[in-house]
Amino acid sequence: MEFDKELDARGLACPMPIVKTKKALAGMAAGQVLKIVATDAGSVSDMQAFAEATGHQLLSSQTQGHEYIFFVKN
Amino acid sequence: MGAGDFPAGLDEMIAKRVDELVAQKLEQQLAQLQPKKGPPSMTIIATKGTLDWAYPPYILASAGAVLGWDVAVFHTFYGLKLLLKDLSQLQVSPLGNPAMPMKMPFGPQWFRDISWNMPNAIPSIVPGFEAVATSLMKKTFKDKGVASIEELRQTCIEADVKLIACQMTVDTFGFDPKEFIPEVSEYCGATSFLAIAQKADVNLFI
Repeated sequence: MEFDKELDARGLACPMPIVKTKKALAGMAAGQVLKIVATDAGSVSDMQAFAEATGHQLLSSQTQGHEYIFFVKN
Repeated sequence: MGAGDFPAGLDEMIAKRVDELVAQKLEQQLAQLQPKKGPPSMTIIATKGTLDWAYPPYILASAGAVLGWDVAVFHTFYGLKLLLKDLSQLQVSPLGNPAMPMKMPFGPQWFRDISWNMPNAIPSIVPGFEAVATSLMKKTFKDKGVASIEELRQTCIEADVKLIACQMTVDTFGFDPKEFIPEVSEYCGATSFLAIAQKADVNLFI
């Protein structure tokens, strides 16, 4: 999937992956896509809740080994 | 003059018009009664000042802020310690903390998996045990990528979370407001805090 910016949230525990995601999105233009890579298992449901509550689109959420990869549209 | 004296059709027209007008009026009045819909809001009462219990208020406050909520944290009793400029003094103790797992954050994995049950006698007799437990916990947090309290508090400040101090316990326990961070938004009492809590959607006591 195409993306405009990547956020490495590996090794960060709750709530930091979502906190950093919000910060990263704030610096991006509307419609741009942010890729987030996290290792915190809780971030899977957190990212979904964040997207729903703030109106960003969670384009995809995948697990690859010990990593969780998300694509969020601003 | 009874209903039967009205010309045919007029009665129906009047009834219809009255219905429309009543519906409009009702909608207007209901809109005035209902509170304006803003973002969800949350208040958190932080009452503990140990390193472990410093986390829940600030993690929840940051998570709320990330969701776009209006968040206020009311610091009272030992929760006031979380407002100090110098947070390095926060400690944790296994004394009287039977649920606290003491796992060593070093060594091979089989060693790390051992949960050491600390009998109360040890922290109460061995001097400096709190310091040992605190540094072990700090190392555990660092290894697991858990943010420090300083970082979490800063995240809250940047997200406009209101940090409120309880005036009464500041006075009772002799806290010096000059030792608090400048971002404390106000010093208030239970009554004014409850006025805020009443309007909030989520109220947590930690």
